[in-house]
Parts: sequence; structure tokens; C-alpha cells
Amino acid sequence: MRSEGFLSRNIAGFSQALESVIAADDLSREPGLLQGLDPRVKVASFLLLVVTVGLLRSLTLLTVLFVMVLVLVVFSKMSLSFFLKRVLLFIPLFTAVIAIPALFTTPGNPLWHIGGHVSITQQGLLSAAFLFVRVTDSLSLGILLVLTTRWTDLLAALRWFRLPALIVSIVGMTYRYIFLFLHTANNIFMARRSRTIARFSGAANRHWLAQVLATTLAKSQYLGEEVYLAMLSRGYSGEVLTLDNLRARRRDFLWLAATLVIALTLLWVNYL
Amino acid sequence: MHIPDGYLSPVTDGVMLAAAAPFWTVALKKVRKTLNQRTVPVLALFSAFSFVTMMFNVPLPGGTTAHAVGGTLLAIVLGPWAAVIGISVALGIQALFFGDGGILAFGANCFNMAIVLPLVGYFIYKLISSNSAASSPRRLLGAVLGSYAGINAAALCAGIELGLQPLLFHTSGGTPLYAPYGLATAVPAMVGGHLLVAGPVEALVTGLAVFYLQRSHSTLLQADTQAKGEGKRWVLWGGLAALALATPLGLLASGTAWGEWGLDELKTMGLSAIPQGLQKLAEWWPAPLPDYGFPRMGAVIGYILSAFVGMGLIVFLLWMGGRWLMRKNASRMGLPASRNASE
Repeated sequence: MRSEGFLSRNIAGFSQALESVIAADDLSREPGLLQGLDPRVKVASFLLLVVTVGLLRSLTLLTVLFVMVLVLVVFSKMSLSFFLKRVLLFIPLFTAVIAIPALFTTPGNPLWHIGGHVSITQQGLLSAAFLFVRVTDSLSLGILLVLTTRWTDLLAALRWFRLPALIVSIVGMTYRYIFLFLHTANNIFMARRSRTIARFSGAANRHWLAQVLATTLAKSQYLGEEVYLAMLSRGYSGEVLTLDNLRARRRDFLWLAATLVIALTLLWVNYL
Repeated sequence: MHIPDGYLSPVTDGVMLAAAAPFWTVALKKVRKTLNQRTVPVLALFSAFSFVTMMFNVPLPGGTTAHAVGGTLLAIVLGPWAAVIGISVALGIQALFFGDGGILAFGANCFNMAIVLPLVGYFIYKLISSNSAASSPRRLLGAVLGSYAGINAAALCAGIELGLQPLLFHTSGGTPLYAPYGLATAVPAMVGGHLLVAGPVEALVTGLAVFYLQRSHSTLLQADTQAKGEGKRWVLWGGLAALALATPLGLLASGTAWGEWGLDELKTMGLSAIPQGLQKLAEWWPAPLPDYGFPRMGAVIGYILSAFVGMGLIVFLLWMGGRWLMRKNASRMGLPASRNASE
């Protein structure tokens, strides 16, 4: 393949990742409905809703839940088109493609005869719809949570839910160094592209990529050591402390009660 | 291979999370022992590296690109347990920020990609490269074969998880509620794609990276040589036991493996006459455990027991063969056999 394309594709991938994380950080500072809630309450309520999505067995109710998510998006000062683009663009589209053969292969009542022995079955159509709606629902909930919660608050909430402090601090630092590595990788690919005037074979590109990978790995090893020394020089004793200044207010309890009622009502309507 | 939410039932998600949990506990314990105070910064840097690795687009023939996981590479340089944590953290951040892999399916994704993949990959790497010098071609071979096996083992797990869904979770009318394809479709689709495309990509990238490390950063490859093989052996036994316990999956498959038909099955398949030679041979070998079962026992238990008996026999034969080879080697080199055997 042309090296141009392969280099650009990587650069585009890195900058897209950086962009989406920065966008999330900006949005989480907007004065919207969800942004103002306690992160612990948000984590608990969104987890409850994602489990509800997993348990519901009605397409109507799953769609109702998606509409509710969209209402929350509007109340959280986000543009609907931005949100829908972010949610629908990749994974649900991919799911729709994956689900197409299921229309024909799922045994059941034929709905629409195509020709020969091939027909779309009622069961196949329903099953594909279930998969698509469920994937979209769960994904939109996850993305809404991350877009409206600051990363540090999210970590503090996870710490409150008894995730070991060791893990929380590893995750927190990883997030910080992902930025560094994304920038580094971006620079490596940019430098390569700016020096490329000929076409390279795919094999040459793969060799080069593996070299970048190995170098980055070695770099992360050295950097880990350096960061550790820097931490030591600032008095790190191996013990992990996390700041915990979360305070739940009345609206947090109201929100939690509301989600609980919504989740239970949906399940009640579905199973009774 | 990142499974989004909606493909697996919440019950499956819970089971997979529970299956992953003990591995995380062991990994944390092991890593803290070797890294001590360094645990947080070193693991954070490697998790970040693992995250970025999964973002690299590898150029493929035909103008497309694909992603590699790089799990075996991490396990080779860091040891398998640090890789377990590193990939898990990277997968968690991917799930949260990019919706790459579900939140409820986090346990399942970690089980496949952060546990099965590096452990299988590392085990095979060690098997092939044990005690070799950092620059040895055996290391390269181990890295290539290990990463290929690791990613395919992970794909197999994902295929089984997805394929069980329509079997276990459907409406009374037969509508699958989650992933719609049964084992007969999901497993070949997942494994086929990885055997042919993703597996070679992973093997190629891992192999090239190790080749490069051998030449310019060989100290990174020596890091794990002082580790004793003893502690890792239970992984092999555990894996074998898990595979044996998973044998009832074989009962779910309908029909007989291709080419393993019995005489009576051949008749129903449209063969009008049984070849005489086949008939003669069929009577010549009476299997001690016909159809992999013990008489007067439940099908599942019999099946599992057969698996254990079969594996026990294979392990015993290999062990005897190994001892015999070692003796032969030792006598040729003029060493007492006991010293070699203890290694």
C-alpha cells in the first residue's frame, strides 16, 4: 500500500483520539444537568441503567430508554447532532452490518420470501433489531456518562466504590501518559511523513512500524523508571493516597431516586 | 475482538467478570512482589503503551490496515502478570472513552484479551525459548508462534461466549435476545478471521518488534530470565483443567466430527454399501471408552471424565518420553540424569 495513506491514517487516528478526549473534558465543565451531579450517584445510576438495558426484552421499551437518553443530552447542554454522531458512527453501524446475515439464518416464521430457500424470518428481523437497539442504548449511556463527568471525579467515584487505591492510581496515571504517548506517536509519524518522498513497500512500512513499536516499548520502560525516581524525590513512599472531597446533595438523591423508579418501572412493564 | 454491550447477556457478563477476578488478584499480588514501590508508575506507563499499541494501524497487502493487540509482546518484556494488568487498564480506558468494548462486557473482554491472550502467548513463548540467550532465534520463533496462538485462543473464547448466547437466551418464539449466531457460526467466524488475518498480523508485528529488541534493546528481553518456571506451571495445568471442564461444549455440537463417522452413520449419509475393508477394520479395535463415555453415567460427567483420562494418558506418555530423552542426553554428555531432570 502507499506509505502516504498508511502514515496519514495513523496520524488521523491519533489526533482523533486526542480530540475526542479533549472534547469530553470541555463538555464535562459545562453547567448542564448531569454535569452538576455527584459522580458517585452518576456512576451508580448509569450502571443501573446499563444493566436495565441488558435485561429488557421489549424493543419499544428499549427505544423509550434511548429517547430518555437524548432528552438528558439536551438538558446537559450538548448538541444532539454531536452526540448522535459520536454514538452511532462506528459501533452500531458495524453491528448493523454484522446483524444482516441473521435476518436470513435465524430459523422461524418466514416474513418475506427472497427466492429459492432464502427468506427473512420474523425471528431474524427481531433479533437483529434487538442487537442494534441494545448496542446503541448501552453505548449512548456510557458515552453520556464520560462526556458529563470529569476524569478525576470519575476516578474518585470508583475509589469510593472500593476499587483498590493501587488500581485507581494506576488508571489515573495511565490516562495522563496516554496523552504523552499519543503525542509521541503522532510526532514520529509526522516526522516520517515529512521525510518521505518515495513510495515504500508494505513490507518496509511494517518493518518500520515494528521498530517504532519496539522503541516506544523501550521508551516506556525507561520513562517508568524516571517517573518513579521523580516521585521518590517528591517523597513518594509506595503508599497510595487519594483525595476524597465528594459531597452528595439533595438533587443527587432526587436523581438517584428518579433513575431507580425509571429502571424499575421499565422492568416491571416488561416482565408483568 | 472488543465485544460491545448488547452482544452478551448480563448473566454472561457477570460470569466472565467473576472468571477474570481471580486472575487480577493473582496478577496484582505477583506484580507488587517484583516491582514493590515501582508498581504504580511502571504499570501506568505500560498500560499507556498497551493503549497506544492497540491504536496502531498495521499496513496489510491490498491497501487495508488492521490493528494488533500486542499482548504477547507485553508479556514477553514485562512478564505475563504485568501484561494482564496493563492490558486490562488499557481496555478499561478504551471502553470508557471510545466505547470500544462494553462496560458490562469489560470482564469478558479482559478475560479474552488481557488474560487468555498474554498467558497463552507467554506460555508458548517460554516453552520454545526457555533458557535461550536473548539474541537466540528460538526467542523470535517463540514470539511469533506465541502471539499467533495467543490471539487465536482469545478469539476462540470470544467465539464461544458469543455463540452460547442464542442457545441460552431467546424468547419463547425462538428470537435470540443478544448475539444472534450459534456456536456453529460464531466460533468459525471469530477463529477463522483470526487464523487468517488478525493472527498473522499479530505474529508479524510481535516477531518484528522482538527482532528489533534483540538487536538494540536486548536487556529488555533478559528481564525475565531469572524468573523460575516453577510458579508458572500451574497456569498450564489450570488451562488444561479448564479446557477439560469445557468439554461439555462438545455435546452441544450436533452430529459427528467430519471424517469420524461410524458405520451406521455412513449408511444414513447416503452411502449404499459399506466398504468391506472399513467394516473389517471397525471390528478390529474395540475402544475402551466407546463414544467417550463411561457406562451407567451421565453424558456430561462421562464426557469430562473421558477428557481427563485422555489428557492423563497423553501427559503420562509425554512425561515418559521426556524422561527417556533426558536420560539419553545425559548419558551422552556424561552427566548424571538426576541433575538434568531437576531443571
